[in-house]
Amino acid sequence: MSPLLIVICVLGGLLLIAPGLIWVERRLLAVWQDRYGPNRAGPLGLLVVLADTLKLFFKEDWIPPFADRKVFVLAPAIVVITVLMSFVIVPFSPGIIVVDLNIGVLFFLAMSSMGAYSIILGGWASNNKYSLLGAMRGAAQMISYEVFMGLSLMGVVLITGSFSLHDIVEAQRNMWFIIPQFLGFIIFLIAGIAETHRLPFDIPEAESELIAGFHSEYSGMKFGMFFVGEYIGIMLISCMVTCLFLGGWLGPAFLPPIVWFALKMFAFIGLFILLRASLPRPRYDQLMEFGWKILLPLSILNLVVTAGIILWNES
Amino acid sequence: MISIIRTMWLTFLHMFHKRATIQYPEEKIKLPARWRGRIVLTRDPDMGERCVGCYLCAAACPVDCISLQATEDEHGRRYPEFFRINFSRCIFCGYCEEACPTYAIQLIPDFEMGEYNRQNLVYEKQDLLINSEGKYPGYNYYNVAGLAVKGKDKGEGANELAPVDVHSLLP
Repeated sequence: MSPLLIVICVLGGLLLIAPGLIWVERRLLAVWQDRYGPNRAGPLGLLVVLADTLKLFFKEDWIPPFADRKVFVLAPAIVVITVLMSFVIVPFSPGIIVVDLNIGVLFFLAMSSMGAYSIILGGWASNNKYSLLGAMRGAAQMISYEVFMGLSLMGVVLITGSFSLHDIVEAQRNMWFIIPQFLGFIIFLIAGIAETHRLPFDIPEAESELIAGFHSEYSGMKFGMFFVGEYIGIMLISCMVTCLFLGGWLGPAFLPPIVWFALKMFAFIGLFILLRASLPRPRYDQLMEFGWKILLPLSILNLVVTAGIILWNES
Repeated sequence: MISIIRTMWLTFLHMFHKRATIQYPEEKIKLPARWRGRIVLTRDPDMGERCVGCYLCAAACPVDCISLQATEDEHGRRYPEFFRINFSRCIFCGYCEEACPTYAIQLIPDFEMGEYNRQNLVYEKQDLLINSEGKYPGYNYYNVAGLAVKGKDKGEGANELAPVDVHSLLP
């Protein structure tokens, strides 16, 4: 396939699936709470996606007079741009990848860290107490979880000997990395949830404490941008987990590789929603303690042990 | 850690539980017989109006949504000339039903009174009267009231004694 076609397919697919995830999430949450969820508009309530989008488009796009206009407008764009940029290095199946960077994993880590700017700038430019509190929490959470998100991946990178996601997937032909790197998988998953600030780690928005946190002042399509960014972020983390630990597109041959990839990805999206349905939000200090005192040492331990085993095998 | 996984598993199992939702327009909830919904005016077994226009319901109404005007027919039987309930004010407390001495005004299990025009929520007497005896079948106020109306003199009703002859000393 030509690169341009791939870019259009990936971009279109993501921007179509992201609103669809609203429906998926609402239906799944409802299923796990003994309800039905949106089932009125269209078959299975699928048109609720259209209704939601139209509603966001036609809402008054209001910028508070006390806000820092330029930054306020810029912030929601950053989150979408950085997350979409990360998708550049995701191999959906052999050949369907925008660019196979030889530093793919690093690029992903860099881009997802840039997402923190969106939260900080959005919260700061809103000039609102709750937004600022949310932004500060978001920044602290993302930066601290970024640390061992990267470290937990290094086990995989050590085994493969490459930062390219294509090579990493190919290295899993015999065994998915979830088995030798189970600890890394768990840590990466937790860090990924914190990175996309999904529930139960939605401390930056924390409705019950901070109204909506960093996007309290946003409305209309700018709020929609944060929303889309969050959903694409979920997809991104699911894609990364799939590529890094579950063998990406690899699977029995009766289904095409892209289908295997999509299945694994959607299973993880389902897991994300299940987490939201079942777990309460931890306190801010608990989150930080859990990160620095438990996950960071564990990920370093994981890295050291993996490196030791690899060295042992080589010698 | 174990408890987190257990929580997630138990939540997951809720997928297979019975739904708590009642899908309203298609599926209707079963309302108890004493549900306080729309207000109706009931009739006697012989299909006369039960309401005697005593104003007790209007007086009991905490939001003053009932208004009526009593009048009398040629046989001395009282009835409301008009009877109007403004359901946009009604709070369905049922005090009117409690106050009614003739069981005329009753609340029934019906709440589907949605209107696009607020004025349509003002129900007149013809909207309120139903061809039924409501919760008290067989009850006829004038048969037990000890009052002289057409077709029945004092003391001729059910459980009534003839009026005491004040000119006689006999018990």
